[in-house]
Amino acid sequence: MDQYEINKTASAEWPLWEIFIRSKQGLDHKHVGSLHAADEQMAIENARDVYTRRMEGVSIWVVESKFIHASNPGDAAALYDPANDKAYRHPTFYNLPDELKHM
Amino acid sequence: MERNFEEVFQDKIDKEIKIEPKDWMPEKYRQTLIRQISQHAHSEIVGMLPEGNWITRAPNLRRKAILLAKVQDEAGHGLYLYSAAETLGISRDEMYNQLHSGKAKYSSIFNYPTLTWADMGAIGWLVDGAAIMNQVPLCRSSFGPYARAMVRVCKEESFHQRQGFEILLTLSNGTEAQHRMAQDALNRWWWPSVMMFGPKDDESPNTIQSMRWKIKRFTNDELRQKFIDICTEQVKILGLTIPDKDLKWNEVTGHYDFGTIDWDEFWQVVQGNGPCNKERLETRKKAWEEGAWVREAATAYAEKRKNRAATKAA
Ligand SMILES: [Fe+2]
Ligand SMILES: [Fe+2]
Ligand SMILES: [Fe+2]
Repeated sequence: MDQYEINKTASAEWPLWEIFIRSKQGLDHKHVGSLHAADEQMAIENARDVYTRRMEGVSIWVVESKFIHASNPGDAAALYDPANDKAYRHPTFYNLPDELKHM
Repeated sequence: MERNFEEVFQDKIDKEIKIEPKDWMPEKYRQTLIRQISQHAHSEIVGMLPEGNWITRAPNLRRKAILLAKVQDEAGHGLYLYSAAETLGISRDEMYNQLHSGKAKYSSIFNYPTLTWADMGAIGWLVDGAAIMNQVPLCRSSFGPYARAMVRVCKEESFHQRQGFEILLTLSNGTEAQHRMAQDALNRWWWPSVMMFGPKDDESPNTIQSMRWKIKRFTNDELRQKFIDICTEQVKILGLTIPDKDLKWNEVTGHYDFGTIDWDEFWQVVQGNGPCNKERLETRKKAWEEGAWVREAATAYAEKRKNRAATKAA
């Protein structure tokens, strides 16, 4: 009986949503936090109240958290270190004469 | 191997590199943070009750709109913080459960009653003031989601304190009865506010570890002294008197000395025997239980819409 009650409450929790806000027309949507809501419409309405009380946004994206897949922090070295020794991808790598203009 | 993980972890913290939810962390760090962040969230939520008590009785429309906005902010703070705690692997329902069962604590200050309108002033100035003093250093917490939530909270807190000070200033400069009301509120809220910083350093055994982990940046006594120094100056503008006859400037320390704190009272309230502990908890539980049908109906409606969309697609 107790077990049943616990399961009932656990499954009754509204899903978690990740909230992304575009602060100004022309800028990217940026992750601001998360919240619980029964569906996407409620998630947007709640996000409006929780994350844009001071005109922080002009557009809201909501994504159910279970659909976010993240890289593993343990893989950071394998993923990002190889970019470390490729300084030639940056313009400052190239030593060119000072007389050269418009480049 | 464990040792090695722990060294890498501490090394990141020493270098001010934030810890994110999926990073390895000692179990004790996780548990301590869950407790710290959820207690903070509970405080924001329960903290709406003493002020909510005066929304319908605000003296004018301007004050009512301001108080409403402030209380709504506190709800938002609670929500930012609950979701920060959830990244550590505890569910929202479990946190509510801990609050409602009395297992989790919240700030004791909210177990005092709000008897007059002047209390809205005293809470804004002192309680939000003390909260800000606690929270500003937490914007640099080593745990990323908590630090980011605190940045947002701190931005919003500033008006809370200013509107409170404005209420007291207006009352203090008003009629004699209003002035008395402001002084009375200060008399009742001063010591509980001073206690908000928690037990004295030598009775706060977890401080050293928390400071090493950078989830606490200053000790309770350091923050308390700073609060008292600032308020002692600000109260002069209000034309009111802080109810502490031992309060006096100390040339040597460069701080104000203050009277003895009634720690008996502090522990009594922490243990559930404050004037409003029972009422606050009952109110929260009632809100949760009476909201059950709304949560269930919304879930059922979402389910129905999903099924309908699925049928249409098929
Ligand atoms: Fe707050
Ligand atoms: Fe707060
Ligand atoms: Fe506040």
